[in-house]
Amino acid sequence: MKAKHQRLILASLAAVAVAGAGLLAAGALSDEAAYFRTPDEVRAGQATVGEAMRLGGMVQKGSIERLPDGVTIRFVATDGKASMPVVFTGIVPDLFKEESGMVADGKLRADGVFEAERILAKHDERYMPPQMGDIPKDAGSTIADTPA
Amino acid sequence: MIAEIGHALLWLAAALACMTLLAGALHLLAPKPELAALVRPASVAQGVLTLIAFALLMALFIRSDMSVELVARNSHSLKPMIFKIAGTWGNHEGSMLLWLTILGLSGGLIALFERRLRDDTLIATLTAQAALSIGFFAFLLFSSNPFNRLPVPPPDGAGLNPLLQDVGLAFHPPTLYIGYVGLSVAFSFAVGALITREIGPNFARAMRPWVLGSWIFLTLGITAGSYWAYYELGWGGWWFWDPVENVSLIPWLAGAALLHSVSVTATRDALRAWTVMLAVVAFSMSMLGTFIVRSGLLTSVHSFAVDPERGTFLLVLMAIYIGGALTLFALRAGALAEGKRFALMSREGALVANNLLLTVILAVVLLGTLYPILAEAMGEKVSIGPPYYDAVTGPIALVLFMLMVTGPLLKWRRDDGSVLKGRLPAMIAAAMLVLAGLIAFGGSIGVLPLLGMMVAAFVAVGSLAPLWKRNLRRTPLTIWGMVIAHLGVAVALAGIAAESAFIKEKLVAAAPGDTIEVGPYRVQFRGVKPVAGPNWTAIDAELVVVRPVGIDQILRPQARDYPGLMGAAPVETKEADFITLPGGHLFANIGQAMTDAGGVTRYQIAVKWKPLVWWIWTGGIMIALGGLLAMLGRAQLLDLWRRRRLAKAQERFA
Repeated sequence: MKAKHQRLILASLAAVAVAGAGLLAAGALSDEAAYFRTPDEVRAGQATVGEAMRLGGMVQKGSIERLPDGVTIRFVATDGKASMPVVFTGIVPDLFKEESGMVADGKLRADGVFEAERILAKHDERYMPPQMGDIPKDAGSTIADTPA
Repeated sequence: MIAEIGHALLWLAAALACMTLLAGALHLLAPKPELAALVRPASVAQGVLTLIAFALLMALFIRSDMSVELVARNSHSLKPMIFKIAGTWGNHEGSMLLWLTILGLSGGLIALFERRLRDDTLIATLTAQAALSIGFFAFLLFSSNPFNRLPVPPPDGAGLNPLLQDVGLAFHPPTLYIGYVGLSVAFSFAVGALITREIGPNFARAMRPWVLGSWIFLTLGITAGSYWAYYELGWGGWWFWDPVENVSLIPWLAGAALLHSVSVTATRDALRAWTVMLAVVAFSMSMLGTFIVRSGLLTSVHSFAVDPERGTFLLVLMAIYIGGALTLFALRAGALAEGKRFALMSREGALVANNLLLTVILAVVLLGTLYPILAEAMGEKVSIGPPYYDAVTGPIALVLFMLMVTGPLLKWRRDDGSVLKGRLPAMIAAAMLVLAGLIAFGGSIGVLPLLGMMVAAFVAVGSLAPLWKRNLRRTPLTIWGMVIAHLGVAVALAGIAAESAFIKEKLVAAAPGDTIEVGPYRVQFRGVKPVAGPNWTAIDAELVVVRPVGIDQILRPQARDYPGLMGAAPVETKEADFITLPGGHLFANIGQAMTDAGGVTRYQIAVKWKPLVWWIWTGGIMIALGGLLAMLGRAQLLDLWRRRRLAKAQERFA
């Protein structure tokens, strides 16, 4: 085989591999990229009931309550403009507490409650969940002080 | 006084780096031996001075000198000593100084011990290394001076995040840093060789130990980080595809590709341009990782905009280095003599395929990591989680693993595939055996975990195939290294697949005396008792394994309270506990307590059965061990020793 042919075959194999991976990645991106919403955006109708999404917000002061089964909690997530109830069955991460940020993966139920499958906490208490830059850091307490 | 000396030493070291750059550059433009003679000693001195500065910073942390801003912000006089020491690099400024120290020391090592390269290539390499150091010195001295004094020292420090007070984690960042810096040395070699056009086996042999060494540290760092997340973050996941994790995985992938292509260049003098390109890419990826983590870009584009100084600085440095290297590459690529040819069906061919797939996986992970940042800049908020990465990298990785074990069964240059054909039936049989076993006993399993376990069996047999019919005592260390590393991949893959296929978990609110059943195990919750540590108090739950009998081990998950010290917020952490059994881990967490109306206190307790989960880290350690053996097998020292022993033996017989 001539060197030129060999290079051509190598290059086309590389192109096929890259194109295949590109298609795979693009497909997965459109299927799996979960949209990140804040309670205000959910109120504005940007979320569909039952669709996988990620909710970010601050845990409202005084809102965490334990349900009688002992393993489910209910709390209110807020972004300073709107708030919504969240239920979660499981052990919450260490840095999950009132008046601090949280991100929950899950879906919106028809009754307006967000059902979380996973609640994220991070390595560092100074870390704000991604995409939460717009939410004021004191949103959790301001809402509680001034009931709307 | 210590802080001032440290600060002065940093300036001196930076000046030495400038001198190295200047002398080296002038020598390369037109040979000036008297200037070139300065380069080696200056590189050594720069490394030594930076090391002393780092030691001084550590001394400040050990003495808890709160008049230094960095110590006051990140340490506390009551902290256990090990965490005071680890506090030296557990922050932005200290970690950048550590980076520079390792960079300086590796420059010194090259200057002292590298003898394979032509002299001008070595000077060019050290010059490139000095150019790298200058950028980071500027970054450290102008935007993040670790030795800054406070006008009014506080009575005590602010402490260190309790989650980070863990011995494993204390050594996690330096491990990764050594890996990153090793890649920067490979980058310097590539730039040096491009400048003097000495791209061939000598250059590849000089670069290889640095690539291999850095990759070993990255492997260990990633393995340790994953293990830390597993037991410290408390819910028992071992990899989250979190951007922080991804930016350590991306350079690892580049390093894995580079270390295989550099072998081809060293052994066969082929793939020259590709090896040089990969060295540039690997370093770019480690810098991109540092940039993303250090700039605050990860948290949000907004937090980057709030404090843009550091991020912009790093971005400019990155643009200069990577842009410069790529320009040099473009200028020299045409002049690069073509390497030796090879047929597609050959060891080179298999290594090219493996490189290609590794690069594709790298691109996929990079895309997933950067896409949310780009999308956010465009005004759309998107988060990309494990489903994306699993779905895309999973299938590619499985193909990669199967190709991985075929390469060693092919000859260099050209192969008729006879050896491969001879070994393939055993590999396929192993995979089929696993398939049959899983169909018979496995229950319903997802496609990817099923394929994962089959490929693991295929790879396990395939990785051992190069030892077939060999005299094991005479097998070179490098072959053992390869076999163990490849077998490690199979072990880790089996762990990953089995854990995701067969995990069982149970979450209950248990009162003392209750039993919890999970998988084949039954544990009894005996109750809780209070315990205290050096800077925390906790409650310990006691869970006894009652079935099957004979395990005689107790799980003690813990919920800890760190009282807020000196204004720091109090923090609760949950320490998981697990029992390692031959078949996997029995894992337990404790959550909150709740007392009901009848006065009975119940605790949230989660018990999980994770089959083969410890194989994941065992595999990681095997991969690193394989790398170590490959490195030892090629070390000049060992070679010298062997030759000397041979000479002695001959003397005795003479």
